[in-house]
Amino acid sequence: MATLTISGIRKSFGAEEVLKGVSLSVASGEFLVLVGPSGCGKSTLLNLIAGLETANAGEIRIGDRVVNDVRPKDRDIAMVFQSYALYPNMNVRQNLAFGLETRRVPREQVRQTIERVANMLQIEELLERRPRQLSGGQRQRVAMGRALARDPAIFLFDEPLSNLDAKLRVEMRTEIKLLHQRIKTTIVYVTHDQIEALTLADRIAVMKDGVIHQFDTPQQVYDNPANLFVAGFIGSPSMNFIPCRLVEQGGNVGAVLDAGAGRSFFMPVPRPKADLHPWIGREVILGVRPEQIAAGFHEQESNPQIHPIECQVQVLEPTGPDTLVFVSINGREVTCRVSPKAARAPGENMKLMVDMSKALLFDPQSEQRIEA
Amino acid sequence: MPKQAIALEAGRGPGPSLSLGRVLVYAALIAAAVFFLVPFFVMAITSVKSMEDIRTGHLISWPRQFTMEAWRKAWDSACIGVNCVGMKGYFWNSVRMVVPSVVLSTLIGAMNGYVFSKWRFPGSETFFSFLLLGCFIPFQVILLPMSLTLGKLGLAQSVQGLILVHTVYGLPFTTLFFRNFYVTIPDEIIKAAKIDGAGFFRILRRIVLPVSAPIFVVSIIWQTTQIWNDFLFGVVFSGSGSQPVTVALNNLVNTSTGVKEYNVDMAAAIIAGLPTLLVYIVSGKYFVRGLTAGAVKG
Repeated sequence: MATLTISGIRKSFGAEEVLKGVSLSVASGEFLVLVGPSGCGKSTLLNLIAGLETANAGEIRIGDRVVNDVRPKDRDIAMVFQSYALYPNMNVRQNLAFGLETRRVPREQVRQTIERVANMLQIEELLERRPRQLSGGQRQRVAMGRALARDPAIFLFDEPLSNLDAKLRVEMRTEIKLLHQRIKTTIVYVTHDQIEALTLADRIAVMKDGVIHQFDTPQQVYDNPANLFVAGFIGSPSMNFIPCRLVEQGGNVGAVLDAGAGRSFFMPVPRPKADLHPWIGREVILGVRPEQIAAGFHEQESNPQIHPIECQVQVLEPTGPDTLVFVSINGREVTCRVSPKAARAPGENMKLMVDMSKALLFDPQSEQRIEA
Repeated sequence: MPKQAIALEAGRGPGPSLSLGRVLVYAALIAAAVFFLVPFFVMAITSVKSMEDIRTGHLISWPRQFTMEAWRKAWDSACIGVNCVGMKGYFWNSVRMVVPSVVLSTLIGAMNGYVFSKWRFPGSETFFSFLLLGCFIPFQVILLPMSLTLGKLGLAQSVQGLILVHTVYGLPFTTLFFRNFYVTIPDEIIKAAKIDGAGFFRILRRIVLPVSAPIFVVSIIWQTTQIWNDFLFGVVFSGSGSQPVTVALNNLVNTSTGVKEYNVDMAAAIIAGLPTLLVYIVSGKYFVRGLTAGAVKG
């Protein structure tokens, strides 16, 4: 177990700078997820931590040791790759043993370690098989076993679930989380899947274009995204972004929403920490998650921040527990999550309740959050 | 052939049906095979005829009496230039030249390919393209500089000198083979091994070489054929004690004392060509498999 501290890391490939000064720190035993769209630099950052690439500037510390010039094998890390990267000419047992043998671990100890790891991952009956005789899920387990056998200070996972089918991915996700709860080793996990990030992480670093846009707990990243990119990237279906004008009405500052057919609604925004008066009369972007627009809320009588709006339904997408209703507000398509019974047919008008207590405001120019 | 015949009889289902198009294809293939095999057939039957038989019969007539006399003479006592010692000494010269050249050029090529695919360094692509130029340099161009070099190294007219020339000349090809094969091994496997603590040679020995059998076969067949069949380097860089079998064959056929012994010439030619034929027959199917391995897996 070890802490990981990264400060001011820069990395270029040729003229292209893929990491533009990245800093973060991971506590011992913490599960960090690096998430972002492809090309955001997350895998490069992981390779830098592993020592497979060299940074142009900045410092990487594992525990108290600066490891910039330490070779991968001496960094006390283990890595699980997206393609599993099992050695094709060795059986599972030899795959698990390879790293230990390279480090001249006594034979008896190697045997015990393999036994322990195989038992933990339930791959005992696969030990004599070659990688090509294994299914995707089994290969995934062996790849994790190879990392576990080494008992490193930090585990690095590079999109380990991307090659699995949807059902297996969910199962393995839970297993990885259970595994972490059991061994409590520091983990750095790279994924482009925001659901994996939310479900697994103690803390998430949301990256784009070589920059960390937000580094916080999953709940904070979801509830209080720092900017439009994070708000749109985290959460599925994505947050609705409605361009609107801020006005003052009866002492309340709020947004005017136009639902078409001459229907206009005033939505007071909750009192933010920041003073909104400079924004009155200006264009802002209102961010509302689909689940905050529903046919009704239990507490809608007592909660003064829930306001009605009436819209014409355009499309329905049933997902099972909820139905997604698409309406048009201020000329934008807006997704609402309603109970299947309450959903109205396309073309009909529907009364929706908007929970403004978690609504967010963004500056359309800088794309940053206005309050907070 | 028998297997297919059975399939045709038994399997009216998925087996290939004998349509007109297919008949034409077979006819064309058989014609081509005959066309290419007839010269060899003529060589083979001539080599087991007696001179009497050759004089009285014609080119493709069946031998009236089989005799291995011409083969024994070609191997043991035919005159090559002024020495009537047969092909056997030269044959072993070739073996002594081919085996080390093939082994060295293949091993070094494997190492080069491993570096150019998995341990790239700044400028390695440029370096590789320069090395590839070697594939396109005609033999004739390097004769003079190479003979000067061999002279300076004290290897002129020796088997060792020929080994050096063939090893160096083979490297562009073997490097290309191995590099293209190793490109298909995923980089992540090499990264995993590095993190597991393995270095350059341990990764080569434990992970890369164990999966290289198909490309070794390709390289060995290619190099054996090239080096065994080479005539130009053999005639230019060898001395009287180090001439390879190809040079000996030329001298044997061109030695004009008395009657032209066609049967001995043919036997000698087959002796000179037999090793490469054998190598191909034994490992030919791996050759095709190895050449296409990258394409299928990539």
